[in-house]
Amino acid sequence: MEGVRVDGVERVFRARGRRGVEVVALHGMDLRAAPGEIVAVVGASGCGKSTLLELVCGLQAPDAGTVAADPAVLMPQRDLLLPWASALDNAALALRVRGVPARRARVEAVPWFERFGLSGFEDARPAALSGGMRQRVAFVRTLLAGKPVLALDEPFAALDALTRQEMQGWLARVLAEEPRTVVLVTHDVEEAVVLADRVVVMSPRPGRAVAELEVGLARPRHRTDVAVVALRERALEALGAPA
Amino acid sequence: MTRFGRIGDPPATLSVPRPRRRGGRRRPSGLLGALGTAAILLALLGAWELYAQVGGVDPLILPAPHQVASSLWLDRSLLWDNLRVTAGEVLLGILVAGVAGFACAVALHVSLALRRSTYPLLVASQTIPIPLVAPLLVVWLGFGLGPKLVIIGLISFFPIVVTTLDALARVDPEQLKLLRTLDASRWRILRHVELPAALPGLFSGAKVAVAVAVIGAVFAEVFGGSSSGLGNLVQQAIPNLRTDRAYAAVLILSAFAIVLFGLLTLAERLLVPWAHESPNGRNR
Ligand SMILES: Nc1ncnc2c1ncn2[C@@H]1O[C@H](COP(=O)(O)OP(=O)(O)O)[C@@H](O)[C@H]1O
Ligand SMILES: [Mg+2]
Repeated sequence: MEGVRVDGVERVFRARGRRGVEVVALHGMDLRAAPGEIVAVVGASGCGKSTLLELVCGLQAPDAGTVAADPAVLMPQRDLLLPWASALDNAALALRVRGVPARRARVEAVPWFERFGLSGFEDARPAALSGGMRQRVAFVRTLLAGKPVLALDEPFAALDALTRQEMQGWLARVLAEEPRTVVLVTHDVEEAVVLADRVVVMSPRPGRAVAELEVGLARPRHRTDVAVVALRERALEALGAPA
Repeated sequence: MTRFGRIGDPPATLSVPRPRRRGGRRRPSGLLGALGTAAILLALLGAWELYAQVGGVDPLILPAPHQVASSLWLDRSLLWDNLRVTAGEVLLGILVAGVAGFACAVALHVSLALRRSTYPLLVASQTIPIPLVAPLLVVWLGFGLGPKLVIIGLISFFPIVVTTLDALARVDPEQLKLLRTLDASRWRILRHVELPAALPGLFSGAKVAVAVAVIGAVFAEVFGGSSSGLGNLVQQAIPNLRTDRAYAAVLILSAFAIVLFGLLTLAERLLVPWAHESPNGRNR
């Protein structure tokens, strides 16, 4: 087990069609996540956070530097549930695409529905679910992939503020019981401080790590805790935002 | 195993399921739409009748609606028998085109080389002048169903391939990335995600194909030396100075196309109800 190691990574995109136009998404990016550690990555929109996660998941290769990570599963920004499949089948997709027969895959997914408060919605199609429920189904799918590393890309960004807070508390409890190596990308500094062991702050594009904050606070944490607020201010300062 | 807080439970009413939205599109109520269609039809028929009566047109060129209506009634068994022939050709032709078109679209989607090399040929196939090749097909395949199926299939095939291929190409690239991190093989991605996603495309294509397939059937009957079918009936009626019957046959053909289109729309609603719901991942 090595967790996640990203060393001096550079990633350059060449705009299609127009020659010579290059976008340097990441430049000299470092990231470490020890096995079982929850690392939050915060940064402005467009600073290369999603690119970083795709590198960790092996979906892209760096143009320079090295990426070494245990097998990682991506939870994309949007839930990407299949609209024709039931909630249960959507969660079980992670098993189905690895060749597990339909019935066995469902049997394996059902206990997670009970744990995540999704009981009774097994047969509901995604369109009938609330945003928070869809995100939980997507998370079950992510867990069922059985990978040691979870790459979560702004998982709650699309939810309304109240649901997002609930989901953050929920994720904190889930990860306490199901420890995984987590790289949590977010642009919500508060979310990072509430959930993570460590917060990595990225510069605007080209993205690289400019600050690192050990959180080291007891859980459960609340956004109103004095220590949480203090850390949030420090992170915002590192981001260059007016505190 | 511990139970995590059930977020959907009271008093947190936040995660209660949204009311389901039905149909993505706003449309006037069915009754209103039908009334509108009827009103337009009546107005057109009235104008036509008036023109035929007072315009001094030869009824052999333009029969009045009442003459067409009387042919519809008097020739009903003749029309019905011929409709059955043409309907059989059209249904079978669309079925063949649907199966072949879907399979072809999937093959083109999977293989870039195939798509690059074959897609232009597919477009070219649509420019084949059917009146010219129909007699050749008859020589080749005989007077039976064969040449008709080839012609109807040939022109129905194209819209089905195009719309299915587009539906396959529209699968979210993020979705494919996710599947790759789930270690899905090419075949499993196809089976679990892309094939179901292509079904709405198949239906759209089949709906377009309905109209061209009916025209194709008429062409096939007229130029393929047929002895039955509504197209053949039209062709026979005109030299026999039965323009009213020709019009009646065309009317039946249109009605048949409308019914087929309606049935396809119904099947689409039943089989792929999700296609018109709010798009996947309302998140942005
Ligand atoms: N496939 C790509 N082709 C071209 N440019 C890309 C591609 N992926 C990302 N980029 C660019 O790289 C930068 C970083 O993107 P991204 O990693 O999505 O940022 P973030 O997730 O932090 O918002 C952006 O400017 C984006 O336009
Ligand atoms: Mg992003």
